[in-house]
Amino acid sequence: MTDTATHVSGEKARIGAPSIAGFTEEGENLSPMNAAASPIGGDAVKAHSHGGGAGVPDSSRAGRLTSYKLEDFAPLTGREEDFRFTPLKRMGGLHKNALTGAAPVLVMTGAKAVALETVAMSDARVGSAGVPEDRISANAWNSAAEAKIVTIPAESIGEQVTLTYTGDSTEAAAAHLVVIAEENSESVVVIDHVGTAVLAQNIEFDVREGAKLTVISLQAWEDTAIHAASHLAKVRKDGHFKHIAVTYGGDLVRLTPSAHFAGEGGEVELFGLYFADAGQHLEHRLFVDHATPHCTSNVLYKGALQGKDAHTVWVGDVLIRKEAPGTNSYEANRNLVLTEGARADSVPNLEIETGLIDGAGHASTTGRFDDEHLFYLMSRGIDEKTARRLVVRGFLNEIVQQIRVPEIEERLNETIERELAATGN
Amino acid sequence: MSTLEIKDLHVSIETEQGNKEILKGVSLTIKTGETHAIMGPNGSGKSTLASTIAGHPRYTVTSGTITLDGEDVLEMSVDERARAGLFLAMQYPVEVPGVSMTNFLRTAKTAIDGEAPKLRTWTKDVKTAMEALKIDAEFASRNVNEGFSGGEKKRVEILQLELFKPKFAILDETDSGLDVDALKVVSEGVNRAQEQNEMGTLLITHYTRILRYIKPDFVHVFVDGKIAEQGGAELADRLEEEGYDRFLNVPA
Repeated sequence: MTDTATHVSGEKARIGAPSIAGFTEEGENLSPMNAAASPIGGDAVKAHSHGGGAGVPDSSRAGRLTSYKLEDFAPLTGREEDFRFTPLKRMGGLHKNALTGAAPVLVMTGAKAVALETVAMSDARVGSAGVPEDRISANAWNSAAEAKIVTIPAESIGEQVTLTYTGDSTEAAAAHLVVIAEENSESVVVIDHVGTAVLAQNIEFDVREGAKLTVISLQAWEDTAIHAASHLAKVRKDGHFKHIAVTYGGDLVRLTPSAHFAGEGGEVELFGLYFADAGQHLEHRLFVDHATPHCTSNVLYKGALQGKDAHTVWVGDVLIRKEAPGTNSYEANRNLVLTEGARADSVPNLEIETGLIDGAGHASTTGRFDDEHLFYLMSRGIDEKTARRLVVRGFLNEIVQQIRVPEIEERLNETIERELAATGN
Repeated sequence: MSTLEIKDLHVSIETEQGNKEILKGVSLTIKTGETHAIMGPNGSGKSTLASTIAGHPRYTVTSGTITLDGEDVLEMSVDERARAGLFLAMQYPVEVPGVSMTNFLRTAKTAIDGEAPKLRTWTKDVKTAMEALKIDAEFASRNVNEGFSGGEKKRVEILQLELFKPKFAILDETDSGLDVDALKVVSEGVNRAQEQNEMGTLLITHYTRILRYIKPDFVHVFVDGKIAEQGGAELADRLEEEGYDRFLNVPA
């Protein structure tokens, strides 16, 4: 640290140099510790460490271990930063056992020119858009018997396909899917999860140059399901990736969408809606990795919780690397707690390693159902039940309206109605 | 003709120091077609009376009665009171995120009338009422009170008053925070509602300036949770000149 102080005062002494400590001609040097070449942060950490920096575990998201090999990840204790909220006992062994069960059956509908292939995990396209970022993901990668590949042809416009995973087994299983949106294609891919399963899943999204891919992932499982999913997206030059996670089914769902920019001018939108009932654990941990200049990201997750021991976790990591000037980024999470006994954890993490950004912000709110809202609506003659529904539907509607697939929106509105009716809200 | 009758009303609120009595025996009778102004210094219990009539859960009635044409209002839930014909224009209308004005107005109108309004006439009614109150048409698609200025919120309260056509309107400091132009627009809205629906009005205010636009038949001066003096419109003129000091300086 002494070195840094000396350096700053030396800089000040130069005529014409910025005179405020922490500022350079390039702008604000927000975190000298995280500069790309510094000894305990950034790429240096990633290059020679397996899990955390030198003596500073998980000090930066940039330092988080990524590897295709399960053995690179130490067995989980539950104390790791990225598992501290996850009840490992309820994971059905997804983090430690071989995943030999039968994977849920995948069926594609609605395709015009889109191809679905089944290939070996050794296929060159597997791994083209992502590397596992946690132990469960690596376990699934190692265990998957095959991979499914969905290719949206270059220049095709208006494709809308639905990929439905239907599970009927509680044996721990692994699945792998690669979605390739080829150059300048525009498409919507709905990934639906129904039935029951104990599933560790990796889904790669390769968003090629100029492609526009919208993904709606529905975790609509039956009550018994256990599901850990890593969604790994690579967004190339001028690519646009819009991802909407909708989670209301299952006993435990842990979804980790990661979006990595791999070219200039990319745009990422991550939306999420979750509705947790008594006993459910619904966890969303997302990561936006700004590694290239002039990219935009926007994140908004909204959740409603009701019932005893309903637990939701939202962790949003946004990393703006030194190599990503001109970044514009915002992330927010909003939770509405409808009854006593429910718990929402919300942690936005924003790391900025360059001062040359257009904007970066984060927000998180968790509130109870507001009695003043109820009073206002009821004082206009609206009965309590209808008033509650208006408020909750209104709260979640901001996400629902992002979907823009009428039949999915309708299904969600019905689901929200059913959830609200279930506890007499 | 309908009658709203308040008899010897005592109201308390829970505070950290225990129960605190705010209203200490208020009696008041309002008939449809009449305008009653309730004036008084800050903290005298004016807004407590308004919220108690509407049924806000924060206020506990310890004794006394409120009846509407003989029906016990205190027995009714908040929404039942509204459907019975009571309307409170709030001092601080809350924002309801995600609920559009259009959806809210239609849902409330349906609840109050017991049937959905006819779509074509309803849309026209809303549009006409908004124009009269100089509310931008764009507000219909915005969420209830979200991002509205103080003055806009008050206009939207009066918009509801005109659309829902209650028997009795309680205006809780609707004039506060309004500039002269907005005050005039809002007052005209209240007068229209009164003419068209033969509405009874309980106008709660700290200042006399709104009484230039809405003429009261009766003026009641509230001091320390009780009515200290009553009279006609001339009492308001006297308050304009003398203020409330005369009431506050009297030893209890």
